[in-house]
Amino acid sequence: MTDALFIDVEVDASVAQDRELAAKLTEVCPVDIFAQSDDGALEIVQENLDECVLCELCINAAPPGTVKVIKLYSGETLPAGAAVAGG
Amino acid sequence: MRFFEYESRAIVAKAGIPITKQGFAKTPEEARRIAEQIGGPVVIKSQVLSGGRMKAGGVKFADTPDEAAGHAERILELEIGGHMPRGVLVDDRADVKHEYYAGVVWDGIRKLPVILFSDMGGIDIEEVAENHPDHVARAHFSTLRPFSDWQAKQLISSLGVTGSALNRLTPILARLARLFLSYDMTLAEINPLGELTDGAFVALDAHMDMENEARPRQKELLHELGVGDEETRQAREPTPFELAGEQVDAMDHRGVAGNVTEFDGNLGLVIGAGGGSLTLFDAVRAQGGKPANYCEIGGNPSVRKACGLAKLVLQKPGVERIAVMMSIVSNTRVDIVARGVIKACVELGHDPAEKIAIFRIPGAWEEEGFKILERYGIEYADRSVSLHEAARRAVEKIQGGNGAGAEGDQFRQTTAEIGSETDV
Repeated sequence: MTDALFIDVEVDASVAQDRELAAKLTEVCPVDIFAQSDDGALEIVQENLDECVLCELCINAAPPGTVKVIKLYSGETLPAGAAVAGG
Repeated sequence: MRFFEYESRAIVAKAGIPITKQGFAKTPEEARRIAEQIGGPVVIKSQVLSGGRMKAGGVKFADTPDEAAGHAERILELEIGGHMPRGVLVDDRADVKHEYYAGVVWDGIRKLPVILFSDMGGIDIEEVAENHPDHVARAHFSTLRPFSDWQAKQLISSLGVTGSALNRLTPILARLARLFLSYDMTLAEINPLGELTDGAFVALDAHMDMENEARPRQKELLHELGVGDEETRQAREPTPFELAGEQVDAMDHRGVAGNVTEFDGNLGLVIGAGGGSLTLFDAVRAQGGKPANYCEIGGNPSVRKACGLAKLVLQKPGVERIAVMMSIVSNTRVDIVARGVIKACVELGHDPAEKIAIFRIPGAWEEEGFKILERYGIEYADRSVSLHEAARRAVEKIQGGNGAGAEGDQFRQTTAEIGSETDV
């Protein structure tokens, strides 16, 4: 569950547990939505979600379909047409 | 930024324009010492960034160093226009035969400096221009070509000044024009420019204003004058609201969301874009609205920064609603600003549709921005609605007192609905 008003991000568990991919996502996001925990796992920084600039760098940095950006105000997803868990 | 008189005199002297013997004192004892060094009658002048010094008792004449110290003691305690003096200027009481005026000011309409000269100095140049227009000569000049002595001479002689006075005044006026350009001034004024009984000319008072944005490249001059980076030199001290605006702007590096100025109206403004702030502020006033603030937002601020500014404005006592308006943006994203102002409303427990009187920011990412605004039921306008029309709608809502809910619904329009209301 997100505290953000406008944006949510879903990341597959396989990506979240992959230190290398977690590091890559942390590096590419221009607004620091991703961070790594001490054990290298991916964390989503809730307070930065609404800063998302929809640049899709995270989507392109991870295997296809494993990262989704959801626009909470319209229900649309990035990449376009991606299915959202539970939705 | 404004300079104190003692600094202005130093700038004038640095440019090669003669000034009277004088010194800056922070204590009565210093004033006494300077008066002793001058060795004759002196004038003690309060150093405040405020007009009306003479009327307020901030200018006194002294014949002896003791008298100078006494006057300095009283003037140093005297508040003028809400300002305590930084010190006093102890100035030689020159034997003046005639007073002239010399000034250069930036003409924002022509976008050129204009040089002014009058043979009636010592009084406001505006008053002379109004009552004795034949005693004021003026000419615009280029900021690209060097200012020549000939230009100065032509101006002075147009008032009938001839002979030795013309020859002596010419370099003074030319140097004033050159210092205006080289120090990025918006105003450089010597009033009065005194002609002494021996025929010499000296600057008896000077007033300099420098373009605030030029501070970084005029560091050397400011350092010489002892002006610190922390000195804002604005007309008044910033209010707590304005200081909070500076903090919002400083919260991250992205974009601008600050330059806040406080007013006492009921319509909060989140405005900006390349001069758009000034236009929008004027537009609100022209429509009979009462702005609660001025501000500038642009350069693609973060959501957090836009939110911070909107929160600050929304929390200002007396603010009923905010108007979020910019001219057409290219490097600021509409959706990011929309997120920021909506977030501010939500986090403060307000309905964004009620609190945001109008959102008129067309430009980059507007489609995404409009989706967000529609989701929250906020009236928005695209580029087919002029800044003045947007201001009118915002003012109408405040004056009509329409709130949220059913009443507010009548103001909500989609882009398609307002698309035909082109207003240039």
